[in-house]
Amino acid sequence: MIRARNPLKKSLPKLTLIFALCFLVTSFQLNEKTRKEFKNAESNEGCLRCHGQSKYSFENTETGEKVFRRMYSEAIVNRALFYESNHRQFKCTDCHSQDYDTFPHPGRLRMESKYTCNDCHGDDPMYEKFKFMQIEEEFQASVHSTKHRDDFTCWMCHNPHTYRISARTKEVVKDVVAYDNAICLDCHGDISRYQLLVDKENPSILEKHEWLPNQKLHFGSVRCIECHARINDSLLVSHSIQPKAEAVKLCVECHSTNSLLLASLYKFKVKEQRNKAGFFNWEMMEESFVIGANRNYYLGIASIIMFCLVIAGIGIHATLRIIKKKH
Amino acid sequence: MAEKIYLYPVWTRIWHGINAILILLLIVTGVSMQYSNPDFNLIRFDIAVSIHNYAGVLLTLNYLFFFIGNLVTSNGRYYKFNRKGLYKRLKMQFIYYMAGIFRNEPPPFPIKKERKFNPLQQFTYVIAMYILLPVVVITGWAYLYPEILFDKVFSGSGLKVNDFIHVLTGFFLSFFLIVHVYFCTIGATFVSNFRSMINGYHESH
Repeated sequence: MIRARNPLKKSLPKLTLIFALCFLVTSFQLNEKTRKEFKNAESNEGCLRCHGQSKYSFENTETGEKVFRRMYSEAIVNRALFYESNHRQFKCTDCHSQDYDTFPHPGRLRMESKYTCNDCHGDDPMYEKFKFMQIEEEFQASVHSTKHRDDFTCWMCHNPHTYRISARTKEVVKDVVAYDNAICLDCHGDISRYQLLVDKENPSILEKHEWLPNQKLHFGSVRCIECHARINDSLLVSHSIQPKAEAVKLCVECHSTNSLLLASLYKFKVKEQRNKAGFFNWEMMEESFVIGANRNYYLGIASIIMFCLVIAGIGIHATLRIIKKKH
Repeated sequence: MAEKIYLYPVWTRIWHGINAILILLLIVTGVSMQYSNPDFNLIRFDIAVSIHNYAGVLLTLNYLFFFIGNLVTSNGRYYKFNRKGLYKRLKMQFIYYMAGIFRNEPPPFPIKKERKFNPLQQFTYVIAMYILLPVVVITGWAYLYPEILFDKVFSGSGLKVNDFIHVLTGFFLSFFLIVHVYFCTIGATFVSNFRSMINGYHESH
């Protein structure tokens, strides 16, 4: 049996490719706003033209044909995230070799050593208040560093192409929580990333936290580091990630008026009025409510007074009844 | 000798007994959570949370048992009151408790088959059972499923509003319980009303 040829079917892959290419070209074009706002955007585009998307093209000098290749996922830099990141004003070659300007890139560049955070931030007086050296010390003593040594660098959590500070800049605490927890889940929730450093399977976060009441609410309201990092009063964000046995498991450490959340998640907000409307730790209450930590002072006083009055009233009434009965 | 009236059928006694145990558990665990402190914990926080949650769910079921029971049996009639002259009746009963009782005056509204509660009891029981308890149960369930209930009802943190209502209502119910237990000692004898809750018979003076 001879099948009728469907011309549309034959041309469909080509059409899809054309549409996809049009989409890629239009969506990845450097827009005017970015060009104006970031002084290095134009020069960075020389790199991002290839590294900014999942495929790139070049001309085969032998055949003269245009060749498409897939970009290695680790070498892709998302423009949108990069231009929102802390390093958004940087030129690619501020951190990478100038020799990357040539294509194909020289093979020796693969051996290029990467900067660490403190190569730039360590001695810069402008960043002194953030205590990068102390952060480095904390990190070196943390379970991430001691268990993985040199394999684990700052970049594992703070991708230099995308990382942006959140705790100091975001108004909504739940956004800070979501952003910061995503950093942890990047490895702890993804076996392929987790196994870059460890051979075993990553433990299920949900199963390991089964003991935690209202799990979903906790995961959306507090960061992993609230329980898994040792608080350091002199640092804005603790980097001292502890082994699981050291994690905070005592509910009352957060669920009390002297909640440790004040020294961690709400550290940036505690400067505000502490006891607005009589509530303890008011700064927590704009988005959340922590039982034990947010009790109302006036309600507490009123309940004690009411309790005393009730007991006194009952005592007087009962005494009078007893006296009357004796007579 | 005291006259005995069968006022408390088996189902109300079962409901009342379960209710008493659950309410006591909820108050103790609730207070423990509310005033949780690393240096002094009445009950360990996570244990208090678990007990409070289980007791809350059971209290809801028990309340439904009471609510439906009052709808399908004649016990519901004791919770209906005539608003006309209510204030006067409440005042009479209040004055009796404050003064008449010490002068050995007869109660203005003696308990009988048609009147299980005096006006003051009836009024407070209706408030406790048909206002405070449903409020504490609903806000308690909102705490069990905060993501479902409150993000849709309130903008921002509805949790704090919910908590304030839950805790406040809990306090009122706690005070109701204290006064309720004390007033139960006012009977034919000190323990006769407590005995009634076991055998079902009310003992009149």
